[in-house]
Amino acid sequence: MSYSGRRKIVSAIAEALCAVAVILALLPLAMILFYVIKQGFTSLNWAFFTHMPKPVGEPGGGMANAIVGTLILIGLAATMAVPVGCICGIHLAEYPDSRFASVVRFAADVLNGVPSIVVGIFAFGLVVLPVKRFSAIAGGVALGMLMIPVVVRTTEELLRLVPTGLREAALALGATRARAVFTVIVPAALPGILTGILVATARIAGETAPLLFTALNNSYWSTNITQPIASLTVQVYTYANSPYDDWHRQAWAGAFLLVMITLTLSIIARLAVRGLERMNRP
Amino acid sequence: MMTTIEMERIATPVNREPAESGKGTSKISVQNFDFYYGPAKVLHSINLEIPDRRVTALIGPSGCGKSTFIRSINRMNDIIPNARAKGTITIDGRDIYAAGTDVVALRRRVGMVFQKSNPFPKSIYDNIAYGLRIGGMHNKRELNALVEKSLIRAALWDEVKDRLHEGAFTLSGGQQQRLCIARALAVDPEILLMDEPASALDPIATTKIEELIWDLKVNYTIVIVTHNMQQAARVSDRTAFFMLGRLVEYADTKTIFMNPKEKMTEDYVTGRFG
Repeated sequence: MSYSGRRKIVSAIAEALCAVAVILALLPLAMILFYVIKQGFTSLNWAFFTHMPKPVGEPGGGMANAIVGTLILIGLAATMAVPVGCICGIHLAEYPDSRFASVVRFAADVLNGVPSIVVGIFAFGLVVLPVKRFSAIAGGVALGMLMIPVVVRTTEELLRLVPTGLREAALALGATRARAVFTVIVPAALPGILTGILVATARIAGETAPLLFTALNNSYWSTNITQPIASLTVQVYTYANSPYDDWHRQAWAGAFLLVMITLTLSIIARLAVRGLERMNRP
Repeated sequence: MMTTIEMERIATPVNREPAESGKGTSKISVQNFDFYYGPAKVLHSINLEIPDRRVTALIGPSGCGKSTFIRSINRMNDIIPNARAKGTITIDGRDIYAAGTDVVALRRRVGMVFQKSNPFPKSIYDNIAYGLRIGGMHNKRELNALVEKSLIRAALWDEVKDRLHEGAFTLSGGQQQRLCIARALAVDPEILLMDEPASALDPIATTKIEELIWDLKVNYTIVIVTHNMQQAARVSDRTAFFMLGRLVEYADTKTIFMNPKEKMTEDYVTGRFG
């Protein structure tokens, strides 16, 4: 066979392999989405958002308490993790070679790899045991601990992508180092940092394990952060494990909502980046 | 084309009266200046006097230390880890490497324009206003006036006056570089350091920058690093030729190009190596 003929065949095979790999990678995602939407969307109705769970056997009811609970938990986690994570990331980007920075970086990577159930147990020991009560705060601490390393590393990486030229320009105009960081470097990296925060939020929104021993669950309406609180993930877990068809349908609807929350956060992140980048990029 | 009124504005310094006295006398004096990156010595005992409100060009092959040298004049090299300076550089008689020197204040007196234009990811207006704001100016009317003056002096006003609040990256490469010059001028420095300001620009944009340098030397002491021999010949009054971290020859530009003392200078300016 001619050289060019063989080249074309090799190219076609390589392309086919790539296509297969892409399909294999995307198939699970497509199936999850398809199944969750198929099962969840049909179980979803207005009452799901506005009503409280009903006792077994009574039809209807919703997850209003769990939806609000999840939002509260996310809010608590972000309040703790975003300031700590961002400031930490700034430190790592500004003093990349200090010994302290390498310790912090290593710690963040280790924390990022710790199974979420372990983080849950830790928060249980730290927050629940001393006061002998499950609470939304404990759940927020657990989720915040999962969020911190992601925020730290994204902030650091994005700050380091900011060209040195910008820093030099600011310093050459008589800016102090801190001024250059907060008025030029951080704003230049902000779209990326925000995306990182949203992605981290989306990730913790779907956590179940760390909430099992911290926020626990709550069948009633509660917004008190010192009390146990319901969350979508734990509610889905509980309902899916039950033997009742009604609850199964509710679990599907909850799963659907979780997927939608993640999707919405990702879309917001993308839109925010696009909006901010219009100013930033050539 | 510029109107007469604008020409007059250009001739007026931003907020400093032009004084004929002192023009051409030594503004920056460099004595036995050595520079090290870690153990590597990159500048060897540089001695030179840079005249007030003249253009001084630094030429030489890549890696000869001219960029390191120009960055020593506003202590920009301070941000490089393990970099170390020895000897003195004085501006108006004061050693800028003396202990206790306020580097921030120094950099406000010694503006810098970089090889790669580096506008902030902000609007055109905010780019110019940046230096003024960090200097404590927040009065909107004062800011507006100085932003306009700086842009006029950098010959950019006519092109951007209707879109001051658009992002700086909407400008062309040449315009971005003039924006960076305007930004440096806004804080009213006495000295302007330019590190190959036109090397990334096309010939037309380069011509504009050169004309600008010509206009600016009425009010500013300008030090420019360039790889372009014609550019050095066109814009500068004095030329310093650097080679392997040493100052080989420093004289009037005409002398360097027409009648250099050193064989090495002659070889370089006539393009025999480089």
